[in-house]
Amino acid sequence: MNIVVLIKQTFDTEAKIAIKEGKIVADGVTQIINPYDEFALEEALRIKEKSGGDVLVVSAGGEKVKEALRSALAMGADRALLVETEGAAVDEGIVASALAKAISGLSYNLVLSGWKAIDDNSAQVGGRVAETLGLPQVNVVTQLTIEDGKALAVREVEGGTETVEVPLPALITAQRGLNEPRYPNMRGIMQAKKKELKVVTLSELGVSGAPQVAVKNVVLPPAKQAGKLFRDDVATSVAQLVQALRNEAKVI
Amino acid sequence: MNLLLTEEQLALRDLAHDFAAHEIRPYAPDWDEKESFPRSELAQKAVEVGLWNIAVPEAHGGTDIDAVSTCLINEELAWGCAGIATSIGGNSLGSYPLLIAGTDEQKERFLRPQVEAGAMAAFALTEPNAGSDVASLATTAHREGDEYVLQGRKCFITNGDLADVYVVFAATDRSQGAKGLSTFVVERGTAGLSTGKKEKKMGIRASNTTEVILEEVRVPAANRLGAEGDGFKLAMKTLDISRPSVAAMAVGVARAAYETALHYAKERVQFGKPIASFQAIQTILADMAMAIETARLLTLKAAMLKDQGLPYTLESAMCKAYATDVAMKVTTDAVQVLGGYGYSREYPVEKWMRDAKILQIYEGTNQIQRLVIANQILR
Ligand SMILES: Cc1cc2nc3c(=O)[nH]c(=O)nc-3n(C[C@H](O)[C@H](O)[C@H](O)COP(=O)(O)OP(=O)(O)OC[C@H]3O[C@@H](n4cnc5c(N)ncnc54)[C@H](O)[C@@H]3O)c2cc1C
Repeated sequence: MNIVVLIKQTFDTEAKIAIKEGKIVADGVTQIINPYDEFALEEALRIKEKSGGDVLVVSAGGEKVKEALRSALAMGADRALLVETEGAAVDEGIVASALAKAISGLSYNLVLSGWKAIDDNSAQVGGRVAETLGLPQVNVVTQLTIEDGKALAVREVEGGTETVEVPLPALITAQRGLNEPRYPNMRGIMQAKKKELKVVTLSELGVSGAPQVAVKNVVLPPAKQAGKLFRDDVATSVAQLVQALRNEAKVI
Repeated sequence: MNLLLTEEQLALRDLAHDFAAHEIRPYAPDWDEKESFPRSELAQKAVEVGLWNIAVPEAHGGTDIDAVSTCLINEELAWGCAGIATSIGGNSLGSYPLLIAGTDEQKERFLRPQVEAGAMAAFALTEPNAGSDVASLATTAHREGDEYVLQGRKCFITNGDLADVYVVFAATDRSQGAKGLSTFVVERGTAGLSTGKKEKKMGIRASNTTEVILEEVRVPAANRLGAEGDGFKLAMKTLDISRPSVAAMAVGVARAAYETALHYAKERVQFGKPIASFQAIQTILADMAMAIETARLLTLKAAMLKDQGLPYTLESAMCKAYATDVAMKVTTDAVQVLGGYGYSREYPVEKWMRDAKILQIYEGTNQIQRLVIANQILR
């Protein structure tokens, strides 16, 4: 079983985000593998441990993304491929076509990715890659079984779950709950450097074109307002609270 | 600082940090209260990631990491809980004599079970009447044919109740003093080996510290480490290696206290302002930051010297004494910054203050470190 896992490097979920001139200040912010992609990677490693094979992690981005790829290698992936986009203007469409191009020539049975990245939350790349490669796709998957050349995927739908069966090769996007990702282990970390990490550029892949999406501005969510306390006797406070809920918060 | 470290060193540090943040720190107050080492909760997980005994090399089932990484890992583990770092560190302390003087067969036999199956080790040197004055120890070992018979009593032994292998220092020739000491591996379950009193301690209460009693304990001569008479040198070499780890643990404890004090000072409002706006508090925080940074740098210098095969006894003693003194001061000041809340067990800083104290005492008291330093610089 040859598995390709698409990963994105994102800001740490615990990072303090600062914005300057409409851009997120990246300096000094810890970067991690997008948590949903980590579920995808963990699933790939489990499938490999069960039935053998090869796990290739692929990412698009700048030089710094090599760190995320090395982490994936330390967790147990066999090889890594970086689609170098340093300095290029890209959007989800360009990233997806580049990733699709990068893996189109390879032999694989399964492509896994997170269903979205926690930074932009656009949830587009997995789906676009599947479309470009002509693969069946199942999204937001919380349980995955691979057998007899098929993938049996349980996914979240409103009010419950549904089970979808697709023939391989297929693209599956991971949701929280699929598994509990492992820590890399010490040996994995020391071996990661010896594993293959290839780099291809957008032009080598023949991917060009201007982004179709332009980010005009980035803003932080408004600061949380201080709560309001009603401190009179119970009867008065309740009356005031009801008034506030009706007239100010407009929720009743 | 990061500029000086390799990608692997940083990755190992991050792993240890994640492990400490998720598997150790949340439970540390509870383990401290229970005064017992949570072996069943921790062993399997730590074995899986490779943190159960970081001293064991790849040839015997572990990972080849350098001394710098060892320090980075110890800082993070102690940032999680110094009691846990001490216990896991006890495995390494009990393994260094094997790594220095053991045969391949001895290493394989006693090290692999630790990294593969969660076995534990203890380093048994101290006795009731031989603490700083190691050479005066009273435990004896007599040769009888293919065996040695060990007789004596060790105290303050980390992992005493838990160890599967004990590295025991005993006199094979009492007339020779320091030159008459030898080292033996005694396996758990050997007839005559038992543990006595379990210490009720001020700090690092998640670690297990006991007396180890040897009554006519027979060990095969094949369990002797190195030659007869090499015991003292072996103990000193072991402590040279492990002292930067103690220093790194001190940096971790200090950092934990500093981070908490820093955060608290920004949130706590008195006289209508965060206490961090008072210069008296700022000075404390600045001193903490400065001391932690210098302690870490000195610790990593000792480790770098070791990694380059250069002499490091001086820096090893320096960083042990300096970093542990820093930890004591920083944790004490952190309690001060938190005021009454700092003194309460609701907040973790009082635990760190209690934990910091032992670091000035074990693996050679800080007075002894200064003696070592003076010996080196007056040569
Ligand atoms: C929690 C804990 C865990 C421990 N774990 C282990 C372990 O795993 N294995 C092990 O073998 N031991 C262990 N020890 C023992 C520890 O290493 C000793 O306690 C330490 O070496 C000091 O010995 P002592 O307690 O006998 O103090 P002493 O040697 O009696 O010292 C008392 C005081 O006198 C000072 N002093 C002594 N000699 C001199 C001198 N020449 N010049 C100036 N000052 C001096 C000391 O610095 C100290 O302040 C542990 C101890 C504790 C408390």
